[in-house]
Parts: sequence; structure tokens; C-alpha cells
Amino acid sequence: MQGETLGVKTQIYDSLKRGPVAWEELRGLVQYRDLIYQLVRRDVVSRYKRSALGIAWTMLNPLGMMIVLTVVFAQLFRTVEGYPAYLLCGLVAWNFFSQTTSAAMTQMVWGSSLLQRIYMPRTAFVVSAVGTGLVNLALSLVPLFLIVLVVGLPLRWALFFLPVSVVLLAAFSLGVGMLFSAWAIYFPDVAEMYQVALIAWLYLTPIIYPADIIPETYRFWFLHLNPMYYMIQLFRKPIYEGVLPTVPLLAAAAAIALLTLVAGWLVFTSRADEFTYRL
Amino acid sequence: MNSPTGSESPAVAALGLAQAVTIRLQGVIVRYQAPQERLGTFKEYAIRRLQRRVVYSDFFALDAIDLEVLRGEIFGIIGRNGAGKSTLLKVVSRVLVPTAGRVYVRGRVSPLLELGAGFHPELTGRENVMLNGTLLGRSSRDLEARMDDIIDFAELDAFIEAPLRTYSSGMVARLGFAVATAWQPEILLVDEVLAVGDEAFKRKCQARMQEFRLAGTTTLMVTHDMGAIETLCTRAAWLQRGRIAALGPAAQVIADYRAA
Repeated sequence: MQGETLGVKTQIYDSLKRGPVAWEELRGLVQYRDLIYQLVRRDVVSRYKRSALGIAWTMLNPLGMMIVLTVVFAQLFRTVEGYPAYLLCGLVAWNFFSQTTSAAMTQMVWGSSLLQRIYMPRTAFVVSAVGTGLVNLALSLVPLFLIVLVVGLPLRWALFFLPVSVVLLAAFSLGVGMLFSAWAIYFPDVAEMYQVALIAWLYLTPIIYPADIIPETYRFWFLHLNPMYYMIQLFRKPIYEGVLPTVPLLAAAAAIALLTLVAGWLVFTSRADEFTYRL
Repeated sequence: MNSPTGSESPAVAALGLAQAVTIRLQGVIVRYQAPQERLGTFKEYAIRRLQRRVVYSDFFALDAIDLEVLRGEIFGIIGRNGAGKSTLLKVVSRVLVPTAGRVYVRGRVSPLLELGAGFHPELTGRENVMLNGTLLGRSSRDLEARMDDIIDFAELDAFIEAPLRTYSSGMVARLGFAVATAWQPEILLVDEVLAVGDEAFKRKCQARMQEFRLAGTTTLMVTHDMGAIETLCTRAAWLQRGRIAALGPAAQVIADYRAA
């Protein structure tokens, strides 16, 4: 909605001539792209400014968790070759998912007080949470590759598939983050309940344990009804197994990611105008 | 005059004002629906919902407001607390989409409501300028180009690389004001904001706003300071429980308000 006066672009806002909110939000996001960058930068910089080890924490964190879990479970899952690498593949993807969806909620609750006072795309906070997650994911890939080399697995060409895995996981996480944060803005306990649900979800997904310990009779349904199983596989295939994901796996993962993203975007934006009506 | 919403209203034409309408509100309603009991958590809400005991009551923050503000005006809004003054600013700044009615705004809105919104204590003054500026819709490139002016106006040259948590509240307010007014705004929204900083800085702020007025900025001002309305505003509106109780020349509206 731009008018032209004296050669200078004049913004015109007419509350009756707005496009669909889902579309307006997308345009707003493009317009406010520098804000997304600044929000991501703030999260990354402020997290490390006062800690001595700085950025290294993002790499040491999954490494430490991997060491603890390896000590506990390596004996139990002796059948899994290169268990630390198997574990870390799933853990890195899982951490991205759980951190960004949780951050989306806290960012949205924090941002809602700003939304009461200044106009900006309402999706900015959730999108920036995923942006911050991507920075952390990139950093945690460094220790992951180190471990893969240490346990003696070869690095193969299939690794070049990883950007696709990251994009699909990010799309899925953004969708879930939007669905829950549109809800958490009204009720603070949604974020609490989500944390409990995350723990259950982590143990229901074959991240710490191999999928073949699940009894064969219901293994198929157990795995294939869990969207995170597909996402984890997108990381494990190229990194741990050194092969490309199969076409059915890729198709299923892509469909899940895109449907979740579209659903999250539509639900979130359809309620976005109500956010500021909350008293 | 290029007027996408149709011809200027007869009232404006009759006054012989050839100015463009910058802000137009037509039958604007903002209705809040608040549950009668406070339902703080989803658990409570779900239980009440199952018992079918969620009762909402309506509250009209704005109740059929018609208003036109012309380019270059300083328009005052007065009224008691809770009369809908801030809600009116929110509707103009797009923060609230009206429940019913129409809001038409021509030009970019700069809110001078919350100085330094989104400032982060761990980031430096310079980093906070970038964060706050992009929150206000500026691009990084524009902000970098104006950075020296902003730092200069805020008088923070020596501290700009220090984290914000080391600033005094006056310094934070100065930085916030400097970012918010680094560009000549087309429409400025002011909500009881200039009570910050020391006397010298207050004078500097007022001088800058005066400058904007002469250059054609439209200002919508909410304040309890009748003196400021009388000296600055051309026209004013008195809001009472979400309705316009009086509208006209500032002095007259203030007289009506005081008589009530």
C-alpha cells in the first residue's frame, strides 16, 4: 500500500483495505528483515558477553551431554557401532528443535509487551528464535564432525545433503513454535506443560537408543507416527550412515515440515490481531 | 490533492482548509472482551470452560470515534485516566486493529511512546541504537548513516561503547529520544513522554519537536498538562469513556473539560 506524492513514497494505512493477515505478515517480515538480524544478534551476543568461554559453550554443551549419555548407555547399546556419533547426530537435531520451539514461546511472551506499544510484524520474535537456533546449530556441527572422525566413521559426500536437512528441520520447528506461541501468549502455563511434553517426546524418539530395541510388532507405527523420527533420520543418514536419505523418507519429511509450517503460520497470523486485545 | 479515500469531508472543505487529511477515524470502535474472573492459566481456563463458566464482559475503550487531523496540526487529546486516550494512539499506530470502523493514516507514524523499547542491558549503546532503531522500522543502513547524529544528540559520545547497564536512567532516555527522532517524522505520537532527563535536555527535546512542527509534522499528543495543550495545540479533543465529549479549538475544549 504505497501512494506517490512529490516523488516520495508515502505510506498509507487503511484498516479496511488490509490484505489477508497471513500475507501482510510475510511482507512485513521482508520489510523488517534488519530487525530479525538484530534480534538474532542480540540473542547470540548477549548470551556470550559475560561468559569467559564465550562462543565455545555452544560447542561444549552437546559434547558434555553426549559424554554423560555415552558413559551411561554405551554398554547397554553395545550393538550400535560408533555410539557417540549415533547419539550426537540425533541430539544435535533434537536440541535445535527443543531449544527453538521453547525460545519461540519465551520470545513471544517477552515481545508481547512490545507489541502492545509499537507496530511490527508479530511473527518477528518467533522467526528470530529460529534464526538464533540456526546459529547455534551451525556451531554444534563442529563437535559433531569431530566425534564422527574420532569414532572412526568416514565423512562421505552425502554430507552435502545436510543443508536440506537443516532447512526442513527449521521449517518444522518454526511451524511448531508458531502453533504453541500463539497459545502461550494467553496462558503462561502452556510453556511449562510444553517442557514436560518435550521430555516425554525425547524418550519416545530413538535418539539415545537404537530403533531396533522397539518390539517389531508395533515398531513401524511407533516410529512413523512421530514427526521427529523423520527429522532425526535426515541427519543420521548423511552423517552417521554416510548415505543419502531415501526418496520416501525425504518426501515424508518435506511434507511434514511444509504442512506444519503452513499450519503454524496460518494459525498464528489469524490470531495475531487479537494479541494486543489481551488485557 | 491526491486523496485515495475519496473527497475531503464537507466539514473540512467548509473551513477552507486546503490541507490534506493525515489521520481519519470513522466510527472507530475498540471493544475488549475480558473474562469476568481472572483466568491466569490454561488449566484454570480449561476447567472453567468444561464447567461452562467462562463469562465475558464487554468494555468499550473507544466507542464510535469520528475524527480528522490535518497535516501539520498539533492535535491534543485530553481526558481522565481510562478514557481511551492511549487506545486512540494505538489505533493510529496500527498496534490495535479496530473492532469496527475505519482508520486511515497517510504517512509514516513515529511513536514517541516508549523511549528505548527493547533496549538490552548487556549490549553497548551503539548496539542498542541498531536494535531499537530496527524495532521502529528503520533499516540497518539508514541507522548506520545517522549513527553519529544520534550519538551526538544524546550527548553520549564517551559512553557509546559501554554496556547499557552502566547508563543512568537519564542517559537511557536520551538515547531513546535520539533514536526515535533521528528522522523528521510525518506523524508523531506523543504520550506523556517528555518528563525525562534534566532541564537542559528537556529544552533540547522541545526545540526538536518545534522544528518538526515548522517542517510539517502532524502531531497527536496525549497529556494531562493543560498548559502544554494550550500553548502547543491548534485543536483538541476531550475523550470521556471512549467517546468524544468535545472537539474544537484547544482553549475551548479545555474550558469545557474544566467546567465538567
